[in-house]
Amino acid sequence: MAEDNRIHVMDEADVHRAIARMAREIVERNGGTEALTLLGIHRRGTDIALLLRDEIERASGDRVAYGSIDITLYRDDLMTIGPAPVVGASDLPQSGIDDRNIVIVDDVLYRGRTARAALDELTDWGRPGRIFLCVLVDRGGRELPIQPDIVGREVPVMENQRVDVLVPALDGRLGVEIAFLDAESQ
Amino acid sequence: MNPSVSSLGKDLVGLEDLSGDQIISILDTAEPFKEISERRIKKVPVLRGKTIVNLFFEASTRTRVSFEFAEKRLSADTVNIAASGSSVVKGETLVDTARNLEAMRIDMVVMRHGSSGAARFLAERIPSSVINAGDGQHEHPTQALLDLLTIRDHMGRIEGLRVCIVGDVLHSRVARSNIYGLLKLGAEVAVCGPPTLMPPAIQELGVTAFTRIEEAIEWAGVLNVLRLQLERMHGGFVPSLREYNRIWGVSSQRLAAAPRDVLVLHPGPMNRGVEIDSDVADGPHSVILNQVTNGVAIRMAVLYLLAGGRQESAEAAKQGGEA
Repeated sequence: MAEDNRIHVMDEADVHRAIARMAREIVERNGGTEALTLLGIHRRGTDIALLLRDEIERASGDRVAYGSIDITLYRDDLMTIGPAPVVGASDLPQSGIDDRNIVIVDDVLYRGRTARAALDELTDWGRPGRIFLCVLVDRGGRELPIQPDIVGREVPVMENQRVDVLVPALDGRLGVEIAFLDAESQ
Repeated sequence: MNPSVSSLGKDLVGLEDLSGDQIISILDTAEPFKEISERRIKKVPVLRGKTIVNLFFEASTRTRVSFEFAEKRLSADTVNIAASGSSVVKGETLVDTARNLEAMRIDMVVMRHGSSGAARFLAERIPSSVINAGDGQHEHPTQALLDLLTIRDHMGRIEGLRVCIVGDVLHSRVARSNIYGLLKLGAEVAVCGPPTLMPPAIQELGVTAFTRIEEAIEWAGVLNVLRLQLERMHGGFVPSLREYNRIWGVSSQRLAAAPRDVLVLHPGPMNRGVEIDSDVADGPHSVILNQVTNGVAIRMAVLYLLAGGRQESAEAAKQGGEA
C-alpha cells in the first residue's frame, strides 16, 4: 500500500508515543482522572479515544468513562450535501455528561466544523463541567474560532491534500499518511 | 467522503415504488433516531427552518401525532390542517388547497386522504415533498415501515420469515403496503380472513391465502392483525362482530395451539374483543406499543431522507471532503 503519491507522516510507534504523551497531558490538564470522560467522534475519533483511554487506565490504574458521539445530525451542511449521509448512533457513558470533564477526541482537526457540531450536540445532552478538544493531527485551515487543547502532531498540509489517520479496525494498521487529492480519484 | 444512504427521491407515496435496498436504508436510518426520543432534550437540528404541513382529510390520532412528534424532534415548523373546519368544506379542490399552501412557501406535505391515489396525484403537481400518511385503500407506507422495523427488532431479520396478515384485507392500505414491503425484503407472506373481506385475485400479489385462522397460526411466525374497518363497511361483510370474533378473532387459546411463539402486531386502533382479544393485545406475544414507539423513529428517518439528498447539490458535496 506504499504508493508513491502518499507521504508517511507517523508510523505505529510514532502514534503510540503521541498517544502516551497526549494521555499524560489529559490527566495533567484535568488534575487527575476525577470526573474524566472521553468521547470519541464517530468514526475514527472513537478508535483514538479508545487508545487514549487504555493508556490513561494503564498509567493511572483508574477506570475512565468512555463514549462516542455521531455528529451527522448537527452538521451545518446537512441540507446542502446530498445524498443524505448515514446517521450513526451516539453512545454516552452511564455516568452521563452533566458536571463531567469531557474530552472530545477526533482524528484530524481541519476546518473546526466537526468540533462545532460536537459542542452543539453536547449542549443538547446536558451541561458538562469542562470540555477539552483533543486531536491526533491538527492540519490547520480553520474556518471557525476553534482551538485544540491537546494535539498529537501538527501537520500543515495544502488544500489539495488529505490527512488520513489509519486505525487497525478499519485499515488494518495504525499510522498517519498524507494523500494528494489530485492524484487519486477522491 | 461520508458514506450515504440510497436516495428516496422527492416523495414517499408507497412501498410499491421502492426497492428492497431503499426500504432497508430507511430501517437502518431509523435505528439511531430511536435514541433521540430517549434523550432529555428530544430534539436535533436536522430540519431547522423547514416548514411541514400535515394535511389530514381523514380522522387520525396515532399517525398524525406520530408525524408531528417526528417533525418537532427534527426541529421542523409544523402546521396541522384537518379537513373539517378548513376551506375544503367550502368546496376547494385538493390541488388548489396545496397550491395555496405552496404560495406560503412550505417544504413538505404529509397527507392522509380518503381516495386511493391522492398522494401520487398531489406529488405530481407540487414541487414540495409529499409523504403519504394513508390514501384510501391504496397504501400507508410509514405504517408498513414501522411494522417491518418492529418485526426486525424482535426476530432479528425479515428474510425467510412467515408473516400472515389477518382480517379485513379488502379495506386495508396497511395490508397492501405490508405485502409490498415484506415481499421485497424476502419474507413469505400470507393473508387470512373471511372471503367477503379478501380482495379478488389477492394471490396475484404473490401471497398465500388461508381461509381458517387456525391454519394461519400454525403456519406463521408473525401475525399482523388488522382492524375491522367498521366505518368503511356499508353492509353485508360480516354477519356480526361476535361471530367474527368467534371464527376469526386472535385469542390466547388459538395462539397456545401454535407450534412456536408467534409475534403479534396490530396497527391500531384496536377493536378489543373483535379481531383481537385483550389477553393477546396485552400479553407477551404483543409488540403493539413497540410499533407505536418505532413509528416516531421511522417517520424521523423518512423526513430526514426526503429532506436531504437533493440531486443538484451532490456535485457541491464532492468538493466538500472532510470536515
